[in-house]
Amino acid sequence: MAKRNPLYDFKWCPGCGDFGVKVALEQALAGRMAETGDSIENTVIVAGIGCSGNMVHMMEGPQPFGIHGIHGRALPIAYGIKSARPDLNVVVVAGDGDFLSIGAEHIGPQARRNLDITVVIMDNGIYGLTKGQASPTTELNVVTSTTRWGKLDEKMNPFLFYLGAGVPYLTSQLSSRVKELASDIRTAMDYPGFSVVHVQSPCTTYNDTYSLLKGDEKKGIEPLAFPIGDDHRADDITAAADLVRGRRIPIGLIYKREGESVAAHQRLAEAKAKANIEQASVESLLTAMTIK
Amino acid sequence: MSKNLVVRFAGEGGQGVVGGAELMASAAASGGYHVLTFSTFPSQIKGGPAWGQARISSEPVLTPGDYLDVLVAQNQYAYDHNLEDLREGGLVVYNSEEFEITDNARALGIPADRMAREAGNPLASTIILIGAVAKLAGVSIEALEAFITQRWTRGRPGDEQIVEGNINALRMGVEVAEKAGMALEDLEPAPAHPEPRILIRGFEAAALGAMAGGLDSFIGYPISPATTMLVYMESNLVGKDKFVGQASSEIEAINALVGTGFAGKKVMTSTAGPGVSLMGEGLGLSWMAEIPLVVVDVQRGGPATGLPTKTEQSDLTMAMNPGHGDMTVPVIACGSTEEAFWASMHALNWAERYQGPVIMLSEASIAERAQDILMPDLSKVVDERRLVSTGEAGNRRYAGDGVSPFPVPGGPGAYVANASEHDEQGDTTHLPDIHVTMTHRRFKKLDLLTDGEYEAENTSANTVVMTWGGSKGSALAAWRELQDEGVDVGWYYTMFLNPLPTKMVEELRGKRILVPELNYMGQFANHLRSKGLNAEAITQYTGLPFKVADLKAEIKRRLQA
Repeated sequence: MAKRNPLYDFKWCPGCGDFGVKVALEQALAGRMAETGDSIENTVIVAGIGCSGNMVHMMEGPQPFGIHGIHGRALPIAYGIKSARPDLNVVVVAGDGDFLSIGAEHIGPQARRNLDITVVIMDNGIYGLTKGQASPTTELNVVTSTTRWGKLDEKMNPFLFYLGAGVPYLTSQLSSRVKELASDIRTAMDYPGFSVVHVQSPCTTYNDTYSLLKGDEKKGIEPLAFPIGDDHRADDITAAADLVRGRRIPIGLIYKREGESVAAHQRLAEAKAKANIEQASVESLLTAMTIK
Repeated sequence: MSKNLVVRFAGEGGQGVVGGAELMASAAASGGYHVLTFSTFPSQIKGGPAWGQARISSEPVLTPGDYLDVLVAQNQYAYDHNLEDLREGGLVVYNSEEFEITDNARALGIPADRMAREAGNPLASTIILIGAVAKLAGVSIEALEAFITQRWTRGRPGDEQIVEGNINALRMGVEVAEKAGMALEDLEPAPAHPEPRILIRGFEAAALGAMAGGLDSFIGYPISPATTMLVYMESNLVGKDKFVGQASSEIEAINALVGTGFAGKKVMTSTAGPGVSLMGEGLGLSWMAEIPLVVVDVQRGGPATGLPTKTEQSDLTMAMNPGHGDMTVPVIACGSTEEAFWASMHALNWAERYQGPVIMLSEASIAERAQDILMPDLSKVVDERRLVSTGEAGNRRYAGDGVSPFPVPGGPGAYVANASEHDEQGDTTHLPDIHVTMTHRRFKKLDLLTDGEYEAENTSANTVVMTWGGSKGSALAAWRELQDEGVDVGWYYTMFLNPLPTKMVEELRGKRILVPELNYMGQFANHLRSKGLNAEAITQYTGLPFKVADLKAEIKRRLQA
């Protein structure tokens, strides 16, 4: 919405991490427009269902195109858009429930195709919109409305999941570090392939992890999030896997596949150029079936 | 002289029985005959009972034929289970290496595999059988030889030997049949054809109709019996700006179609019933966000996995109502090979015109048949495109009470295409009056689709036959025979099932409508009744098409009831 729409009746809770992600995304898009001269209408934001999906309505300033689709299917929609129109800048915004539970089956195919899109995941470790059920990234033993004896299944490690699925570019960030997040999204948009920016975006109502992520020196609580050191070799998948293996959450560029990234539409264009096949007309295809 | 020759090759999957029927049909078409094939096989790569049938006629044909003139049986099972379809006086040709028939004087054993091996051409056993069948039925051997020469002269080294080998095989079959001392009535000579004809399969016709209609992208997931269309597109929709993709599931496919339609392109997928079941929510998204796309449902049998390779017409109810909430998806069904071409084109155009999803219903028996048809008249092709926004409404994409200009990404009018209920610019809202307004808007767009063409014959009769989809051939043949017998019954037919042509519905009011359809529930009859019409179904659910004789008898019975 360029300006407040009185008919739109959705709100994020005060302090929601998604506010920071919204500003960062707006800044990244503004920066991209300024640097490349590409118009805002050439960007499409594809949103999942959940609190975070409302991003596509909440964004202020110059308005990109948007799709607010059905639960879990943001990636397939993006696949359609980008394969039809490789000229468009396509960004997926979704949460951990949408992306890593119902929609998890779609990550591998886009990663292996190397679909040239950027995915911004707002991970709050909970289903917020449906009022507090366990998500794949909810910690073991946490009591929620659907885990009355405490969550009985292990927390998913999304980073290992991405690496296993073949995601070639992976960054981790906090929603509170808006400037760094804007820069990360901006860089990811320039990556010619499938890039994931995984953001810790706490839910102040059902799973407020701000203090856990930040830690508390006075109380001797080690921060859950830690900056990735300069010595990390992001092009080494073994080093990347080692980095994300533990309980703590590394912040920064986790993985960028070695060598040149060839995006899906580029591979197809190259294959077609090499095959050098012309589109036959319907008339000629029918004529070839003439009974002699 | 006989007008028809119906041959069935029955055996196991992998034995070339379907290929045998198709080769026989191609050869006969090449000799000037009208042909139509039908095949049925189990859902496995090799093995299991399978058969292919070719009808060869001096007249245009509507069905693959009720009864067989010749049964070619590769094994005991094939003989036992297909004999009941052999007409009185029909002949059996069987694989005498595999089994013996001792109690049937009209059965000719041929050790075709051994003969082919001994002739040094082990791949030619089917051609030996074709030679025998042709001789028994009085089909011109010269025409078959000409076909073989043409078929295997491909500009490659060794062509001559292959042609010679195959002609020898054909003659071996002819010789065996000559010595057998049995024969059918000779087939009438083939008619002359002033117009050029093509030999085309149903899925090819559907694919080419879509391409003629301006298809940009095709994204599909393999599923019997719809995979052939995806494969055809992969090979033939290859231009620089075209896109063909294999999705990772039907759910991915339908949502990718939504993305493609949103991006301004004409897009299609092919699937079968199980795929449409999975696509329900995505079709709802397309309806709600007003995004054009087409799903081709090549129907197979049964619910769940059902009968993957058999034919049935049991997806109509689902096609019209594939998802939750207030929506109905427009449906066009093809009833013949020609119609497969036009139905695809119309489906794409409907989607563009009313800006939403359309389902094109085909079925296994249409998709897999090969038939000779006249070259489609391409001057009748229309490539309709949606009304595109030039920015006049700003971002108010959903303004107005019907179809409105569609903003295409990259152009003016940026909005949010929203699956949630939304206001004019696509922002989510739950206000009651907006849900009412938007629901009216979405249903009103269907009014643009009520002018479909239909067939109407003997309209003064009180009772009419009105079938749909692939039962058209059998029903039309039955109806014509009834006309010839002087039975007063009318004929109505349309490809446009939802919404039905308004004018046709009005004409049908007060009439008794008999609806032959291949499902248990009488789905089209239910649909007609929901429009206040007096319709009763004539059903069959065997996984096979109607026999004309059965249908004719049932229509007569109903008329007397």
